Amino acid sequence: MPIDRKSAVKLPRGIRLVVVVLAWLFSLAAGQAAAPVEVSPAAGQTGHWAYEPIARPTPPPVSQADWPRNPLDRFILSELEAQGLGPSPEADKRRLIRRATLALTGLPPTPTEVEAFLADASPRAYERVVDRLLASPRYGEQMARNWLDLARYADTHGYHIDSHRDMWRWRDWVVESYNRNQPFDQFTVEQLAGDLLPNVTPQQRLATGFNRNNMLNFENGALAEEYLVEYVADRVVTTSTVWMAQTLQCARCHDHKYDPFTQRDFFQLFAYFNNVPEQGLDGRTGNAAPLLKTPTPQQQWRHDDLQRQLAACQEAWRQRSAEAVAARRAWEQALGEGRGDSSLPPPGALASFALDDAPPPPAAIEGPALWLPGKYGNGLLLGGQTRLEVPGLGAFERSDAFTIGLWVYPTTGDRMTLVARQENSERRRGYALLLDGDRLELELVHEAGKNLLQVRADRPLRRRQWQHVLVTSDGSGKAAGCRVYVDGVVQELESLHDALDGSIASDEPLRFGGAVGGSGFRGLLDEVKVYARTLTPTDAAVLAGSDPIGELAAVPEAERTAEQQATLHEYYLRHHDAEGRRLGEQIASLRDQLAALDRSMPTTMVMVEADPPRATHILQDGDYRSPGERVLPGTPASLRALPAGAPPNRLALARWLVDPRHPLTARVAVNREWQHFFGEGLVRTSEDFGTRGERPSHPALLDWLAGEFIRGGWDRKQLHRLIVTSATYRQSSRTTAESWERDPQNRLLARGPRTRLPAEVLRDSALLTAGLLVEQLGGPGVYPYQPKGLWKEVSYNPQEFTAQVYTPSVGADLYRRSLYTFWKRAVPPPPMVIFDAPDRETCTTRRPRTNTPLQALVLMNEAGFVEAARLLAERILAEAPHGTPRRIEYAFELLLARGPSAAEQAIVERTLREQRAEYQQDVASARQLLAVGQWPADSKLDPVELASWTIVASMLLNLDEGLHD
Amino acid sequence: MLGFLDRGRPAVSRRHFLARGTNGLGLVALASLLNPRLLGGERAENRGSRGLAGLPHHAPRARRVIFLFQSGGPSQVDLFDPKPEVRKRHGEELPESVRMGQRLTSMTSDQKSKPLTASPFRFRRHGASGAELSELLPYTAQVADDLCLVRTVHTEAINHDPGITFFQTGSQQPGRPSMGAWVSYGLGSEVEDLPAFVVFLSGGVPGDQPLFGRLWGPGFLPSQHQAVKFRGQGDPVLYLSNPPGVSESTRRRMLDGLAALNRLQHDEWGDPETLARIQQYELAFRMQRTLPRVMDLSDEPAETFELYGEDAKQPGTYAANCLLARRLAERGVRFIQLYHRDWDHHTNLPSRIRGKCQQTDQASAALVHDLKRRGLLQDTLVVWAGEFGRTVYCQGDLERDNYGRDHHPRCFTVWLAGGGVRAGQTVGRTDDFSYNIVEDPVHVHDLQATLLHCLGIDHERLTYRFQGRDFRLTDIAGKVVEKLLL
Repeated sequence: MPIDRKSAVKLPRGIRLVVVVLAWLFSLAAGQAAAPVEVSPAAGQTGHWAYEPIARPTPPPVSQADWPRNPLDRFILSELEAQGLGPSPEADKRRLIRRATLALTGLPPTPTEVEAFLADASPRAYERVVDRLLASPRYGEQMARNWLDLARYADTHGYHIDSHRDMWRWRDWVVESYNRNQPFDQFTVEQLAGDLLPNVTPQQRLATGFNRNNMLNFENGALAEEYLVEYVADRVVTTSTVWMAQTLQCARCHDHKYDPFTQRDFFQLFAYFNNVPEQGLDGRTGNAAPLLKTPTPQQQWRHDDLQRQLAACQEAWRQRSAEAVAARRAWEQALGEGRGDSSLPPPGALASFALDDAPPPPAAIEGPALWLPGKYGNGLLLGGQTRLEVPGLGAFERSDAFTIGLWVYPTTGDRMTLVARQENSERRRGYALLLDGDRLELELVHEAGKNLLQVRADRPLRRRQWQHVLVTSDGSGKAAGCRVYVDGVVQELESLHDALDGSIASDEPLRFGGAVGGSGFRGLLDEVKVYARTLTPTDAAVLAGSDPIGELAAVPEAERTAEQQATLHEYYLRHHDAEGRRLGEQIASLRDQLAALDRSMPTTMVMVEADPPRATHILQDGDYRSPGERVLPGTPASLRALPAGAPPNRLALARWLVDPRHPLTARVAVNREWQHFFGEGLVRTSEDFGTRGERPSHPALLDWLAGEFIRGGWDRKQLHRLIVTSATYRQSSRTTAESWERDPQNRLLARGPRTRLPAEVLRDSALLTAGLLVEQLGGPGVYPYQPKGLWKEVSYNPQEFTAQVYTPSVGADLYRRSLYTFWKRAVPPPPMVIFDAPDRETCTTRRPRTNTPLQALVLMNEAGFVEAARLLAERILAEAPHGTPRRIEYAFELLLARGPSAAEQAIVERTLREQRAEYQQDVASARQLLAVGQWPADSKLDPVELASWTIVASMLLNLDEGLHD
Repeated sequence: MLGFLDRGRPAVSRRHFLARGTNGLGLVALASLLNPRLLGGERAENRGSRGLAGLPHHAPRARRVIFLFQSGGPSQVDLFDPKPEVRKRHGEELPESVRMGQRLTSMTSDQKSKPLTASPFRFRRHGASGAELSELLPYTAQVADDLCLVRTVHTEAINHDPGITFFQTGSQQPGRPSMGAWVSYGLGSEVEDLPAFVVFLSGGVPGDQPLFGRLWGPGFLPSQHQAVKFRGQGDPVLYLSNPPGVSESTRRRMLDGLAALNRLQHDEWGDPETLARIQQYELAFRMQRTLPRVMDLSDEPAETFELYGEDAKQPGTYAANCLLARRLAERGVRFIQLYHRDWDHHTNLPSRIRGKCQQTDQASAALVHDLKRRGLLQDTLVVWAGEFGRTVYCQGDLERDNYGRDHHPRCFTVWLAGGGVRAGQTVGRTDDFSYNIVEDPVHVHDLQATLLHCLGIDHERLTYRFQGRDFRLTDIAGKVVEKLLL
């Protein structure tokens, strides 16, 4: 953070100019002067360096000509020489491999990797290590972390209620993109406008999630039009920060005060992103439309496999169907002769109550029960106060198919409840079948009055007559997916509400004959059945006591319609043919599995263009209530113009950004990569390349790198390779008082980088060295240890919203890389935030690096770090069995990639000795320490020995050296 | 009701606490052991406990702030702003000439009838100043002469998230530093083994309006300026306790070994950051010893619990947090922020507001009284506020003895005490419906400017450059409200 400008080393402007001019003269003399790429100053150009075309500087000449390893180094060395300084010697091999491994994979090297590097005497040994690291899948995980900060990635919506969202498929796409070294220009275009590419792939649509990572608000009482503006403004700000490092947000309310952007520029960019068909206040039940279903590779494989099986079964069914004609005719004939069964009751009911007498528990009758002759046997007489209650039955969600059927004998036509599994609350969550003015009503309710489905049969039931009532819902959650049958005849339905979007689950029992708080049914009930599937019209008729199949079979074959013939044939196959029944059941089962798989497939939020496009207006003072002049999509006038005929959509914007002649994109990108490896960018204000940002420490180097990046096809791995194999990066970070005095910020890079590791790397490294790290690429967020109550003390109603109560993972998910830790914006993981991670509410280009007592407390006391120290101790004891000095050496090798000095040995040995003495006096405490964490302690080890080593391991995990790269 | 105004001074003086609290080894002493260049500012982020050069801008009246935030929007109509006219016109429609088309939340914007709803709670004048307070606040009434009531605070937001965010960060949208973070950044802390900015939470049961980390977050300021949350369950500060089985002597031994190893490291590599790390570990160790003592109320006499109420014995309650706020103020913590949830009374307001007052009235008043008798009130600014007020009209159907009120941003009441504030006055006048401001509007930015002013900070000069712009708490507005000040 640029909070301490006074101490920043700045060359006096005059000297800097002389250096640059001299270098240029030199290059002229050598006949290497590069022609400027293209000078395209647009209107309003300020002459500010960042808006000038990227120059193609020649690496300057240097005196110490044998030092540079690649051209990058000549820019650094020439500046050092101009200052009368020299570079540091190369870091020793141990420190070098540790630095590169941490930077490229976010994890330290293993002792074996270190040994192999030491043993490799070839001049390209280091380059080989770098290639290995770049090829590791850990590379993508490490690099993605920076991108998630930029993209304000989180697992919750943010703002008020901050409930769960699923954007992890997008996060995994980022990891994968780094690992397959997708060029940065494609990475850019797909994230900003993948959906608009010709022949778009699902992966390219998925990539557009970048601009759906913005927060979403659905606080009760909020106004959609206010928040729609905020979402789009966030996209403008994030996009311009990430690709141009420009502070466009300053131009939302008025023209930018310092940089060449007008308010019109802001709203022209706004127009690109203002075209997502989103509602403004959705997100209540998870992801908000527009959505993309994004099966994982495993799910896709399973889906394809089930589809193949289904196709095979269907083929077998067709064959059997053709073969079975004769057998069906024989069956028909037998039926005609009064032998065999025709219609069979549908099998597989979840529950069935004959109601001849009191049903078995857990079903129970609430209120006075009277048994009278029913439709079949007895029936239950209800007087408005009595109900049949079945706990646990019928726990159907909106997305579940179900059927409820029963015989009813109503004695009045008042509004009364026949069947309900519904809360007795204002929101009335659940489902119910009612009678109102003799007419049947089915409702599925998330929130009464606004978020529900309600249909009504147009024909009334008859009073004082037995009728069979059957309702089905197909799991679509739509009115069109509901059926109501009376006596096996499907009824015309009127849709009263068709706006269900949310859970209908309740903890109530399923109640027949009444609901708590509603008026109960008066009349008789009999033969109640509940199915977890949608019954067919034939099934409905059978349950209503008809014999539709027998009737069809009685019609001579020649007189049947094709439809009747098909129904009969299929019924025969399904119910009376052994092979047909088997296949039918198999097909049904496969369809169920496919449906369940389909439901379990994660979705992700994506960008889609609304049709027709939404109009964008300049908002006075940036306020959504004050729309002014209408504007069309367009890029800022002060930067290069869009090519003639560019379409007014995001694709044109994305392509404009990655045009090699764009002055900002490549500079901004390479600067951030530099920042990753050296701790600070060449432009320290990596978020602001405007006139108020800092100037680059090495402007020519920035341009050279940007040019190389573009010319090399925006190859990110190549850029990283170039940086980490440079002599500049390979310098020792040893600091003398003099060199510190001269350049405390190390802006001139007369020494190698030494930066405190990010939160995630600290935790992941501890897990790796402890042998606990579970490496599994991708997947939903996981929940490592967290002190109790942290979410609950700030969160909203957990009954109504997700991600309000923290439940730690069990087993492997406790030990995954921190990239996968569930990120709740209102309560980001405390160990991460304490080590300077952002809250991910807005775009962040760089984290501060503080040094606080709370960080010490995390590393010493947080359960995960304590457990890691114990497992590290176990590992040392198991893998280095030969005496304390060797064990200490091994611990140093694991943690620091080097052995201890004699002085260090002595200190650690002393700590161990004293600690052992303390635990020998207090074995109970030793055992207590070993019980921290889910991973059980090795019971074969002496608890005193293990606990003492755990303290030593914890001490070594806290070493300042280990916290730095 | 206890007349606690009559009580004598407590036996323990503030000086005693300060002496004990810092344990003889302050920042300066420790710092002198270290490389002096470290404190010269090369790595500015290490200077967590030092303020900015040039601050305070002027002589402060307050050295610290205790902010009692009543989250959800307490009803000024039922607590602070009596309206006889509404009583006369109870049940009549809110005149359109009063509302003037101003925007409403979507909870009542479509509600056809907006009946004026008189408060059933009686108001009386209290103290020499004659401050008018509702019967729901009997304890606050006893300290009325120590308060400055501001009836004309107004805000720009109409819903909780933007409302609280605006009150705490000066902007409705996320991304800015919180008030306490600004103060920590500007002034640093007075003591070294306690944080400069502390937050307490209370009142949360499932269904209460949520809170979020950004309300006490650092925004774009260096992250050490975020609040440290003091908790009523588990460790008082996250990760403060040693793991089970690790004694203080073990911890000391491990830290001695660690410091020795780190010093060797520094000798070889020369990075002053390493020395700073040693210092932070020592601070952590001292926090481990100090904080449990600060949080342990067993040294409080019985009289304390009579004053703050029995709730104060229960960790995590508002009353306990008020008492802890006093203990932290005694020890020099700069910015102490309490959040109490569930003032969002859209329905069943009469019974719910009574419950909230029972949880908060006694302890809020006790805090003011307790600070005063200990001589701390004069340089401690106490603020009692919610994010907005509530509508004079009823949300939902007005029943005989029940009603609710929607959010109301156009006027609400806040009280201030101590630290340079002119006590014993009621500032500002609202119209007959507690709907619009008639006299002396105080915008949230004005209140923030005034709060900073009391701390000796010119709100226009406490800035931080981020993304090319010099940001400040009060954005581009805010003026110090002289009327509130001594």
